[in-house]
Amino acid sequence: MSTEKDPDQIHIAPEMAIAEADVRSEEAGEFVRGSSLWRDAWRRLLKNKLAVFGLIVVVIVTIASVLGPTVIKAVFGFTPDYIPTQIKLNSSYPPFTGPDGEFSWLHPMGTDNAGRDQLARVLQGGQISLFVGVIATLVSLLIGVTYGAIAGYVGGRLDNVMMRIVDVVYSLPYVIVVIVLLSLFRSQTPRGQLILLFVALGSISWLTMARIVRGQVLSLKNQEFVLAARATGVSGTRIIFRHLVPNTLGPVIVYATLTIPQIMLTEAFLSFLGFGVQAPLASWGSLAADGIQSIGIFPWQLIFPGVTMALTLFSLNFLGDGLRDALDPQMRTV
Amino acid sequence: MLRFIVRRLLVTIPTILVVISLTWVLIKLAPGNFYSGEKQLPAAIEKNIREKYGLDKPWYQQYGKTMWNIVRHFDFGSSLRYEGQSVNTIIRNSLPVSAAIGLLAYLLAVLVGVTAGSIAALKQNTAWDYGSMALAMLGISVPNFVLGPILVLIFSLTLYWLPPSRWAGFPSWNLVLPVLTLSALQMAYIARLTRAGMLEVLRSDYIRTARAKGLSERDVVIKHALRGGLMPVISYTGPALAFLLTGTVVVERIFALPGLGNYFIQASLNRDEPLIIGIVAFIAIALLLMNLLVDIAYAFLDPRVRYQ
Repeated sequence: MSTEKDPDQIHIAPEMAIAEADVRSEEAGEFVRGSSLWRDAWRRLLKNKLAVFGLIVVVIVTIASVLGPTVIKAVFGFTPDYIPTQIKLNSSYPPFTGPDGEFSWLHPMGTDNAGRDQLARVLQGGQISLFVGVIATLVSLLIGVTYGAIAGYVGGRLDNVMMRIVDVVYSLPYVIVVIVLLSLFRSQTPRGQLILLFVALGSISWLTMARIVRGQVLSLKNQEFVLAARATGVSGTRIIFRHLVPNTLGPVIVYATLTIPQIMLTEAFLSFLGFGVQAPLASWGSLAADGIQSIGIFPWQLIFPGVTMALTLFSLNFLGDGLRDALDPQMRTV
Repeated sequence: MLRFIVRRLLVTIPTILVVISLTWVLIKLAPGNFYSGEKQLPAAIEKNIREKYGLDKPWYQQYGKTMWNIVRHFDFGSSLRYEGQSVNTIIRNSLPVSAAIGLLAYLLAVLVGVTAGSIAALKQNTAWDYGSMALAMLGISVPNFVLGPILVLIFSLTLYWLPPSRWAGFPSWNLVLPVLTLSALQMAYIARLTRAGMLEVLRSDYIRTARAKGLSERDVVIKHALRGGLMPVISYTGPALAFLLTGTVVVERIFALPGLGNYFIQASLNRDEPLIIGIVAFIAIALLLMNLLVDIAYAFLDPRVRYQ
C-alpha cells in the first residue's frame, strides 16, 4: 500500500489479503498495524502449544527425511539400500550395536534382516511417504478446487450432475478398487509402481475437497463483490479463479493439511499389504510390513518406522486441528 | 419415506453394477493372464484353458455371461486358486469371521467413544478433556498395522496373557487383540464427534429449559443432551463401516484370520479373477445397503430431517 494516502482514512483491504495499510491511532499518534485475518490466525496458531509442537516436529521430520540419507552417505558411507557383503544372513543388529556386539554409533536404529541401516531406510521411507502425501494433496487441490468451484458457481443442473457423480464415487469401496488396480497393473519396476500409486491416491483424494469448495462458493457467489464483478463484465472463469477461489482459501488450507496425513496413512496401508512401494525403495508402511515378520526376535524393525510414522501423523493432525481453530471465523471472538 | 427408499434403491442398484463392471474392465485391461506364470505354456494347453474359461469368445459375450450369472443367479463362478470351491462358498465361510470382529469392534468403539466424548464435553477444559482428546488423537494417528503388532508384542510375546493370532471360533480370547486393534481408530473418531456434538447441544436453549425445570443433571445429560449430541455419531456410521471394512483387511492379515479381507488380498495377489469380482461386489452391496439403512434411521431419529 502506498504511504502517500491519508493515514487517517482506513482503507478496506482486499479480502483475506495481508493488510499492510497502517492506521494512525488518534490518541497515541503512533502507527498501529492493521491486523489481517492471516496475521490473527498466525498469532492464534502460535498460542496453541500442541499445534506449535506439531509444526516443529513436521519441520524436523521433513528436513531429516530430505537431507538425512545424503548426510548418512557422507558420514558413514552407505546408502539406504546398501547391503554389506561380509554379513551373515538374517543377522539384524539391535540399535547402537556394532558387528561385534559392542556399542557403536554406526546404526542408531539397528539394521534390517539384510544388514541395511534402519535409520537410513526410515529416513528414505519418510521421503517417499511425505512426497506421496504432498503430491496427492496437490492433485486434490488442483482437481478438487476446480471441480467444486465450477459446480458451485454454475449451479443448477450441472451442479446436480457433478455432485451426484461425487456422491456415487464417494459411496464406493474405493480402497478395495485401488487394491484391485494396483495388484492387476503391478509394475515391474519400483518407480513404475510408485507412479501407479500416485495415480491411484490422487484420483480419490479430491472428492471431499470438491465438496468443501462447492459449499464455500455457494455461500459466496451471491455476495456483492461477485455481483460487482459480474456487472463490470468479468468473465465467469475469471470470477471463479480470481474472486471466489481466493476467498475459500481458509477451509481449503485446513482441509489440505488434514488430507496429507490421511493420504500418508492410505499409502502406508497399501505398502503394508504389499501393493504400494516396492523394494529396494522403502516407505514407512513397507518397512513396518518387513518388521512384522520377525517382531518377536527383532522388534526394533517394526518399532522405529512405526513410531516415526505415528509421531509424524500425530503432529500433522495437531497442526491441521490448530489451523482449523485459528482460521475458523466462528472462533474469532472466543 | 417409501418414495425416498425406492429412489435411493434406484441409484444404489446401478452403482453396484457399475462397481462390478469397473472391476471386470480392470481385470480385462490388465496385462498378462491368470494362467500365464513364469514359464510359457505350450500353445495347445493355452488354447484348452482359453476354451474352458470362455476366453476365446469376444469380450461382450464374456461380459454378458458374467453379468447375467451374477444378476440372474447371484453366481460368481468358481475360484481359480481354491480348487472345487465356489466364490459363494468362500464368501459364506469367511463372512462370519469378518462380521464378528467388525461388529464387536464397532460396539466397543461406540461404547468407549461415546463415554469418553461425553465426559470430555461435560468437563470441558479439564484434565479429563485434554487427556481423552490427546488419547483420541493418538488413536487417529497410530496406524492399525503398527498398533496391532505392538499389542501382540506386549500382551502375547512379553506378558503371555493373550494368544497372538489365528481364529478359534466365536467367543474366544483370540478375538481380543484383533477387536482392540480394529476399534482404536473408530473409538477415537467417535469420541471426537461426541465431544463436538455434546458441546454444541449443551449450550442450546432446550438444555437450559431442562435445567430450569429443575431436572437432575443426570436426566439432563442422559435423556436430553445425549439424544441430540449423538446425531453426528449416527451419521458417521456409514463412513465408519467403510473404515472398518478396510481396517479389517489389515487386521485379518496381521492376526492370520480367515476373513473376507484376507481372502480378498490373496485373490488380488493370485489374480483369482472370479473371487476378486465376487468379494468386490459383496463389499459394494454391503456398504451401499448399510448406508441406505443409516439414512433411513437418521430420518426416524431426527424429526427435522424429511426426505422427499
